[in-house]
Amino acid sequence: MKRSSESGMSVIVRTVTCVAAIPVIIFGLYVIMHGHLTPGGGFAGGAIIATMTALFIVAEGGDAADRLGRGMLLTAESAGLVLFALLAFLGLRTTFFYNFLANSGSIFGTQVPFGPNPGYLETAGVIPLMNLVVGLEVFAALSLVVIFMFSYRREEQ
Amino acid sequence: MISLPFLAVMVIISIGLSAVIFRRNLVKIVMGTSIVASAINLFIVSLGYREGGVAPIFTGAPTLEMVLPTPQALTLTSIVIDLAVTAMMLSFAIIIYKHYGSLDSRKRRLRE
Amino acid sequence: MSFIVEHGPALAIAVPLMAAFATPLISRAGGRARNGVALLALLLTECILVLLFADVLSSGVRVYTMGATIPSLTSPVGYPIRIILEVDAMSALMALVSVTIALAVCIYSMRFMRSRDGMGYYYALLLMITVGMLGIVMTGDLFNMFVFLEILSISSGAIIAFYVNRGEASEAAFKYAVISAAGALMVLLAVCFLYGQYNLLNIGALAGVMQFTFLDKIALVLLVSAFALKCGAVPLHMWVSDAYSEAPAPISAALVVISQASLYALFRVCFTLFGAMPVIGVIGWFIIGLGVLSMFIGVTMAIPQHDIKRLMAYHAVSQTGYILLGLGVGLAVLGNAEAIGSFGIKAMEGAIFHMVNNALFKGLLFLTAGAIIYRTGTRDLNKLGGLAHAMPVTTCFFIIGMLSIAGLPPFNGFSSKILIYESVFMFSPVLSIIAILVSILTLASFVKVFQSAFLGPKRREYKDVKEVPVAMLIAMGILAFFIILFGLLPDLAVQWLIEPAAKALLSQLNYVGAIV
Repeated sequence: MKRSSESGMSVIVRTVTCVAAIPVIIFGLYVIMHGHLTPGGGFAGGAIIATMTALFIVAEGGDAADRLGRGMLLTAESAGLVLFALLAFLGLRTTFFYNFLANSGSIFGTQVPFGPNPGYLETAGVIPLMNLVVGLEVFAALSLVVIFMFSYRREEQ
Repeated sequence: MISLPFLAVMVIISIGLSAVIFRRNLVKIVMGTSIVASAINLFIVSLGYREGGVAPIFTGAPTLEMVLPTPQALTLTSIVIDLAVTAMMLSFAIIIYKHYGSLDSRKRRLRE
Repeated sequence: MSFIVEHGPALAIAVPLMAAFATPLISRAGGRARNGVALLALLLTECILVLLFADVLSSGVRVYTMGATIPSLTSPVGYPIRIILEVDAMSALMALVSVTIALAVCIYSMRFMRSRDGMGYYYALLLMITVGMLGIVMTGDLFNMFVFLEILSISSGAIIAFYVNRGEASEAAFKYAVISAAGALMVLLAVCFLYGQYNLLNIGALAGVMQFTFLDKIALVLLVSAFALKCGAVPLHMWVSDAYSEAPAPISAALVVISQASLYALFRVCFTLFGAMPVIGVIGWFIIGLGVLSMFIGVTMAIPQHDIKRLMAYHAVSQTGYILLGLGVGLAVLGNAEAIGSFGIKAMEGAIFHMVNNALFKGLLFLTAGAIIYRTGTRDLNKLGGLAHAMPVTTCFFIIGMLSIAGLPPFNGFSSKILIYESVFMFSPVLSIIAILVSILTLASFVKVFQSAFLGPKRREYKDVKEVPVAMLIAMGILAFFIILFGLLPDLAVQWLIEPAAKALLSQLNYVGAIV
């Protein structure tokens, strides 16, 4: 495999990064989805997935930051934020941010039994949806921060 | 007898604050702010500690004596805010380096 | 209508928030769509806040619990358990002022910054600044106030550095960001001290159970210092001149109201949270000291400046000193019911009125400075001259702002300054004389600016300078209209707007009683 730039790390590092991407992203998605049962949630899971962007840039060299799709990440970030505010607005018949899906029988609305239990995924109403949306937004935003900071390095040489 | 987490918080705040006040390099000032923020996060979490309590998660909890969960929510918010502030200050340091050629805070162009 | 009033506090924060989130997506559809959405969001927020203000005047404190089954269910188990927004007359007045200035800034920016890149982010940040200001003034929860304070600091820090092609803007923004972060972390430390002792974060609930131990006094000192740092009181004013002068001109006008949001937080903490403390008069004297220092040092540092925006920034420090003086007098006599009735409440009315007026005339002055920069391209007073021939309307607005800031009738600066002079004179004559002296120096400094920039013969290099476009004149006209209105009808303004706000600050029991 021929490298496209002078910088970047060796073949071993790049291959292991590609292989390690899969468990990291799956772990990040797990943390996002189980935010209402175990510690973590939207922000922590999104940050875990965003480390893959940073790892990719470190492994391929700083020039790789220009090849990553910024437009899609900007759209994903704004879409995540708009969906979050929309979910908060949807409870406005009662109050702003009201959890209108909890204990209601629809998508995430099962009743939770009191006390220690093994943890049921379809509970907690609008919270897992907000976790998903926040996770998408945080991943996009942190990836953009890393990409934009790397894009400044070429102009100093 | 002062409790150990609070003593550690005081020490770390003073280290971070002395970095912000006495260092000239812009990146070290940013690091100092981040250190102070981490110390305050430690302080918030340690406020909720109860003797013999477990993590406040109902999933598979061994007993019902738990530490307070509200400080943990406050700490999560504070971590996110500090991340945003640090990212923004580092971006400013990058732009200043691009225009001024140095990260020394004494080489400034805005004067009285 | 009653739906809007009942959900008013949450809607007033949520509408600009949603618009701020949607702006980067909408700006792909073009610049006009984005400008329209921002303007529409701010107009909608202004309407909601006017309705909310009318409701608060008639029926008292309005409480909103986020996420409960009914909005007024604050304490279902005996103590408050969710984030509660609590709007009394002072909050509603500050919110109205904030959104009016933000609206004028938005209209002005539509023309001033038309031909630049990245305007989607500019409007998103402007809407986030509005959200931050409205959040600070309308929340009833201390940690929520910290979060909105940080939202405001981050958004305003980012927008100060908007001109990335100049290194000076980033340097000013770096200084602003470090100092704002330090102040906000001090606020967080104080909030955590209070939380660790009483296990409560709600301002009303804390005011009810506070026992003024030594740790509470440390928290009070941290809060007062942090909010004084954020509003630019001397000796914590080092960021003001850089940040105001390097920001884009409409944002300098908005920075005045941003500093006043922290001033509101200072008074909410001093009067409502710690108002029943026996030694609160000491804090009052401290704030009077800060006020006198700010007034004097602000105006003396403004006189030798030759950069027009830096000069106006130092005057902003000076005017903040007036507000601190008036409210410090009110705080110093808080335990003395007879002094409160005779001059204490008048001092507070003067200070709150001066907050409103300061936002208006300082905003107008920064917008006229922006108009000068837009047409001539320079900020240096040594190079300007003779602009009154070519820009008559801008000159007229500048004269209105100049006479207003100096405290001359019939403009609104006189109305609020006379209240401050009279009441502070009854408290201590020396302070009142210092305040009048500072007004004279302010007038001297602005006469210098007027003469340098506008009077004199037309200069050769500015011969094709015309008047500024209509959108910028409309924005300046809105502010000038309110200046003249409050100057000609001060009694109505005090009776309907200011006196309920001052009374709401003094009556701590109403605020506490709405929660528990």
